[in-house]
Amino acid sequence: MLDILGKRYLFFAISLLVIVPGLIILAINGLPLAIDFKGGSILELRFPSGNLPDTESVVNLYTELGFKEVQVQTALSPNGQRDLLVIRSPFIDDETKIKIVQTMQERFNAPDIVVNRFDSVGPVIAQQVTERAALAVAVAALAVVLYITYAFRGIPHAFRYGVCAIIAMLHDILVVFSLVGIGSVLFGWQMDSLFLTALLTVVGFSTQDKIVVFDRIRENSSIYRKLPFEKLANHSIIQTLQRSINTQLMTVEFMLLALALFGGVTLREFAVILLVGLFSGTYSSIFVAAPILVVWENQEWKTWFKRQATA
Amino acid sequence: MEQRHVNLILIAILLIAAIWIDLPQNPGIKIGNFEKRFETVLGLDLRGGMQVILSVPPEIAVTQQNLQDAAIILENRSNALGVSEVVFQTAGERIIVGEFPGATNAEDVINKIRQVGQLEFVDFGDTPVPEGTIIETDFGLTTSTSTETPAPTVTPTTGETSTPETTPEGSPTPTSTPTTRYHTVLTGRDLKSVGVSRDTLGRYVVDIEFTDEGARIFKEWTTQNVGKYLGIVLDKRVISSPVIREPITEGRGQIEGNFTSETANALAVQLRYGALPIPLNIEQIRVVGPTLGQDSLQKSLLAGVIGFIIVMLFMGIYYRLPGVVANLALLTYAAVTFAIFKTIPVTLTLPGIAGFLLSTGSALDANILIFERLKEELRNGRNLRQALDLGWKRAWSSIRDSNISALITSAILFWFGSTFGASFVKGFALTLALGVMVSLFTAIVVTRALLETAVFDLFKDVDKKPGWFGL
Repeated sequence: MLDILGKRYLFFAISLLVIVPGLIILAINGLPLAIDFKGGSILELRFPSGNLPDTESVVNLYTELGFKEVQVQTALSPNGQRDLLVIRSPFIDDETKIKIVQTMQERFNAPDIVVNRFDSVGPVIAQQVTERAALAVAVAALAVVLYITYAFRGIPHAFRYGVCAIIAMLHDILVVFSLVGIGSVLFGWQMDSLFLTALLTVVGFSTQDKIVVFDRIRENSSIYRKLPFEKLANHSIIQTLQRSINTQLMTVEFMLLALALFGGVTLREFAVILLVGLFSGTYSSIFVAAPILVVWENQEWKTWFKRQATA
Repeated sequence: MEQRHVNLILIAILLIAAIWIDLPQNPGIKIGNFEKRFETVLGLDLRGGMQVILSVPPEIAVTQQNLQDAAIILENRSNALGVSEVVFQTAGERIIVGEFPGATNAEDVINKIRQVGQLEFVDFGDTPVPEGTIIETDFGLTTSTSTETPAPTVTPTTGETSTPETTPEGSPTPTSTPTTRYHTVLTGRDLKSVGVSRDTLGRYVVDIEFTDEGARIFKEWTTQNVGKYLGIVLDKRVISSPVIREPITEGRGQIEGNFTSETANALAVQLRYGALPIPLNIEQIRVVGPTLGQDSLQKSLLAGVIGFIIVMLFMGIYYRLPGVVANLALLTYAAVTFAIFKTIPVTLTLPGIAGFLLSTGSALDANILIFERLKEELRNGRNLRQALDLGWKRAWSSIRDSNISALITSAILFWFGSTFGASFVKGFALTLALGVMVSLFTAIVVTRALLETAVFDLFKDVDKKPGWFGL
């Protein structure tokens, strides 16, 4: 039979390999927070004529109105034309926005400017959202762990399952953060409310996978009482492997892949984060959560130091 | 009749009802006074529009009642200004979210309606204050929530002869010092009715009528202050400061102040629906252009259809007969969920559609868990009936526990979304939760009824054909 748990330290290493690079980027650059969490404005304008003004003159316009730290980007419209101007700035109110658009219409000789999108978040609300978001993640994690401990109350060391689910959940959260860290460098991704939604979904679904594996261990432990825990857990993983692959790879991931490929720009980042995050959720239930249960059962940390001593 | 046949009939009825509700041109139900329409409500991100988050400045105390009142007043004011379909909702303790579907340039409207609209009649004493000056008054100083009208105090009167009628400001002398705190005699709360008309010169004026109590106070005060200046002040900004020529006894008056038809109406609307109990700042604005919304809607629908087709192909090929049955259950699931969305109605947003697609995943997950169990039991040599029973029974605990954890997360997401007016987060959580619940039903009840009918009624020799189960 396939021995997955025997190679557990290899899988731990693979996880670290995925997580660490992105986290290093985040540690160096800081979190790429979107205006939802730090306040500010995004103004997306479409110039139907296609004559985009140069970046410098737009920045100058903002500077005249007293706004510093303005970033200007051009972008493609859905029809493939480069006629979008995306301007990130500190918080501006609607009156200022109207003034800016009017000035642009005059100065850049473009009377037909269309406001495609205008997001403006004040600093007060941004801070509140951030606080609540952290709270939401914490509450979700806690609620799920409590539920697992409750659902597995009948078997020995029920709370180990809860703790392992938390560790695996942290693993998934770190994978998502790492992904966003890499995405922020490559594609200019930012952490916005949609990112948070994706993250919380990953947390919820990640537990779903762990429960399916744990449930099998729970069931098998009453059937094969004599079997060592490692064999038992390995057996349970193999039994649920087909389901994990089918559910995750074949259905959920296909849905998300379709969304990422065909779902339009607005949802792409969201879909990719879910795609990777949910995959990580399945991966971690097999290659992180169950192996940690075994490490715990065998109390392997006692031998870690011996290995180091002999190495 | 066996249980599965009863279930089948019930499912058929449910499905017909769901499909009827799903019809794009659904006429709705009308029985007597009861009327129910079934419409797909699209969120701002899909149809384009503007979302504004207003918040109460942090230094101001606020109660839930204040916030509720403010939301209702804002909605009434927008409707009175002819802006349709605007919704104002409170979110959390200090936030009101306004949604203007279809509008991308509603700034104008927002600025009009978010004015507090606190009208004050102020004692200016002997010196008029120029129009437009921001002044301080003693009204509402302690808290923003105070609603009582300050009791009129007697100011010394000088014996001056009165001339008829109040007239708009006398000679504006720029003598007002910003530190002066004026006394408020009456406020907008003492008004009974408000209207707009034109005076003999054709200028727009706002007609006001005081309540009985207001009229009494006003009469008393004007009697004592003949020859002095009355300040008419809106949100601490002076509109006009007429001189009191004679006591005003009948409780009526006009506010003049260089109004256009539009500004006079806006002021009348503000006064008619009452002052906002709290001042509001604009905290966040999101505008989605209508073309961007349309584009997103089409693309995400396309993505959904493609996803569905691939997933159904996979299920059919991999699980054979049960897979096909699961696909039928999945279609039932889609029809029922969409019908529920239209009935409640759930506002469909882009993340909402993503949530719906994700819950499709859990719908199939339940079936996949069951089918894997079913195959295992068949391999262990059980007959079909036993295998079906065991498959459902043994998979149940996994399905239950995993779906409960998804529901817990949805609930927390929903809470997070509703305290901050992040309606798209809310939409996602709601569609996910509804989808998960419906999927539990279809995966357990519908798939089972259909599969049992298929193997016991339609294809009776199926247990001799393990290939039909992908074995």
